[in-house]
Amino acid sequence: MDYFDILISILGSAIRLSIPLLFTALAGLFSERAGIFDIGLEGKMLASAFAAACVAHLTADPWLGLSAGIAVSILVSLVHGFASITNRGNQIVSGVALNFVAAGLTVVLGQAWFGQGGRTPQVPAQGRFSPIILPGADEIRSVPFIGPLYANVISGNNILTYIAFLMVPLSWWVLYRTRFGLRLRAVGENPGAVDTAGVSVAWLRYRALIVTGFLAGFAGTYLAIAQSAAFISNMSAGKGYIALAALIFAKWKPVPVMFACLLFGFLDAFANFMQGKSVPLIGEVPVQIFQALPYILTCVLLAGFIGTARPPRAGGVPYTKER
Amino acid sequence: MRPFFRNKGRKGEALGLGSASEPAIELVGIDKKFGAVHANKNINLTVAKGTIHGIIGENGAGKSTLMSILYGFYQADQGEIRISGRPVAIRDSQAAIAAGIGMVHQHFMLVEDFTVLENVMLGAEGGQLLAKGTSHARKELKRLESDYGMEVDPDAVVEELPVGTQQRVEILKALYRGAEILILDEPTGVLTPPEADHLFKVLRVLRDQGKTIILITHKLREIMAITDTVSVMRRGEMVATRTTSETTVEELAELMVGRRVLLRVEKGDAAPGNVLLSVRNLTVKDSRGVVMVDNVSFDVRAGEIVGIAGVAGNGQSELLEAIAGIRKPTSGEIWIDGKPAAGIDPRGLRELGLAHIPEDRHHMGLVLKFEEYENAILGYHRDPRYGRGYLLDLDAIREEAEEKIAKYDIRPPNPRLRTANFSGGNQQKIVVAREIERDPKLLLVGQPTRGVDIGAIEFIHKRIIDMRDAGKAVLLVSVELDEVRSLSDRILVMFAGKIVGEKSGDASEQMLGLMMAGIAA
Repeated sequence: MDYFDILISILGSAIRLSIPLLFTALAGLFSERAGIFDIGLEGKMLASAFAAACVAHLTADPWLGLSAGIAVSILVSLVHGFASITNRGNQIVSGVALNFVAAGLTVVLGQAWFGQGGRTPQVPAQGRFSPIILPGADEIRSVPFIGPLYANVISGNNILTYIAFLMVPLSWWVLYRTRFGLRLRAVGENPGAVDTAGVSVAWLRYRALIVTGFLAGFAGTYLAIAQSAAFISNMSAGKGYIALAALIFAKWKPVPVMFACLLFGFLDAFANFMQGKSVPLIGEVPVQIFQALPYILTCVLLAGFIGTARPPRAGGVPYTKER
Repeated sequence: MRPFFRNKGRKGEALGLGSASEPAIELVGIDKKFGAVHANKNINLTVAKGTIHGIIGENGAGKSTLMSILYGFYQADQGEIRISGRPVAIRDSQAAIAAGIGMVHQHFMLVEDFTVLENVMLGAEGGQLLAKGTSHARKELKRLESDYGMEVDPDAVVEELPVGTQQRVEILKALYRGAEILILDEPTGVLTPPEADHLFKVLRVLRDQGKTIILITHKLREIMAITDTVSVMRRGEMVATRTTSETTVEELAELMVGRRVLLRVEKGDAAPGNVLLSVRNLTVKDSRGVVMVDNVSFDVRAGEIVGIAGVAGNGQSELLEAIAGIRKPTSGEIWIDGKPAAGIDPRGLRELGLAHIPEDRHHMGLVLKFEEYENAILGYHRDPRYGRGYLLDLDAIREEAEEKIAKYDIRPPNPRLRTANFSGGNQQKIVVAREIERDPKLLLVGQPTRGVDIGAIEFIHKRIIDMRDAGKAVLLVSVELDEVRSLSDRILVMFAGKIVGEKSGDASEQMLGLMMAGIAA
């Protein structure tokens, strides 16, 4: 296998691994730009993965699975909203609590319903999102460079992958070109300005959280019925936190978020590839080193290489009218 | 699509009918309680269309609550609001805006990293998509600019604008929404004197075009300068309404406080002695590395008060903090009573004879959650008078706290009360008592009367003069030019981190104002 083939295979894998990150980071983007810290992305992902797997297993329809994933994720988001907007609770505590609830409840329900140790039964092939071969992929495969890139990286992904990349310009457009986006960015910076302009801060933040739930639902669904074919306990494996890191790394902006997620996906793919291979001069490196790379990179980058990552000014602060 | 203005036809109407007798706003029997606090007691107020009406009162007199009710932030428990003779229910800010009320808040309600245009549009975008509303807003801003002489670059980012311009954006926001009634809450607190003059010019133009303006302030001079009529609030009640031309500053002050007040600070001539504080070539950078104090040198002698005038943010705070040992100077020397003091921590400086009344009592002067007696020894708790080793002698501390409470008339006189429950003026007295009663050689004073009522201001000013007369050196930093002028024997003016000039204590306000704006030296 020459180096180009290796690169193509790592890139293809990087795309697949970055999709759940991308959905989740965009989800977090909406809630954090509205001033609600969302450490509960992980939990939303997990809950929606479970819901999608259950429904897809029962109905053998991936779209119903996706709908269920989105619905459950929005529900979790609204609980976060009820705790942190309506009752002005601590957003971090609420998010962490929801993560625990999701991690526990999925396994308990899975065991109760299916008796497979917290897993859901295998989803049949027609209940999954399967790869789509883009037109002309086979024809140009033999063209050097562009051919394999198109056939193996750009083509051959499932529909959710393409939706994820569409979500990037769409998110940008919503944030910067619509009334909702203007108000959403404003409420994350100075909710007082929104309130005095006669716009309800609470309802605006709830709507932001609904968008968050919607996008996180895609991420969970992707994990359960596109990347795999069942729900496995704790299958999100910290991706919600990595997505949060990508969000900070990207300074809460949609397009940089995409690049940050691709970078983290690439590191992940690279770690997988290096499994069992030896590095020149050093010899075989434990795979854990590579698996730790995204985390180490995040720490190093956040520690100063990207300048100050200024979160939305009102982030994490429940809004109360001053007296 | 929703209309850009919910009350578009009203402007012409107001111009046509703008007779002085017609009421724009009537408040009838407004009553509001927050738990045990009776913030507004049966308030009646009528403001005529096309006039500027001032509302004055001490902190906590209920001015802000009343205006918040008018702007829909709170609901009154009882009472009625009439706009142009019609009763209206103002349940939220949306309703207030629809009724033609606009508010300019003391702390601007602006999104700092938005452009002027985005801030003006927020909440009145004119449709789901921004494109159309943006071009409309741009045109509207041009029109408002030519109608009222309020220039501002629509594409400038708000946080990069000077404070006076930010305030103009707030006013434009209200006008863009078609406001006929404009409420301004303490609008000049953050402005330079020239900026305040410009604001008043704008307000007069607005009034002459038929707008009704309500000005909330505690500065009597502003009331006299610009209002047509004035109401005084005290302890939740509207105690008087006067025609401005028929009243005096003295009468208004008495109505505010409920007793006669000495407005002028009485002091004799200074008798300066030895140099107690000497600052040489001091440079201080802030955490971003920006030079805030730029090569500053001056002396303060025993028995004199040196005031530092300047618009907030021109390096006075950093200078004060550097001398107080809170901020590390980048270079330069500080000598206190002949001993080197740069780089020594606040505890060491106290031993050299320095006392510091910090600018912000909430962040630096007090721990609000502590009880009063705990704050009364803060920073001096190692003194053997207050305990031995690791243990505090609570009886001795409380006894001394009670003495200070009596001497400084701190109310309520209870050392076990949580500090947050004292009013601003009494909190400030706790700090002043703690620092002055240590009998320091050098007293640093920052914003001694910010958010303090007139009665307490008088008291604190007197104590500062007493310190001077007892032969102490006093360095005073205040953004209140009146305060600097009435207390100081010498005035240093700071602009952009440099001392741009020194004047005697009786320098004219115009002169100092120009220097503060960096125009004269």
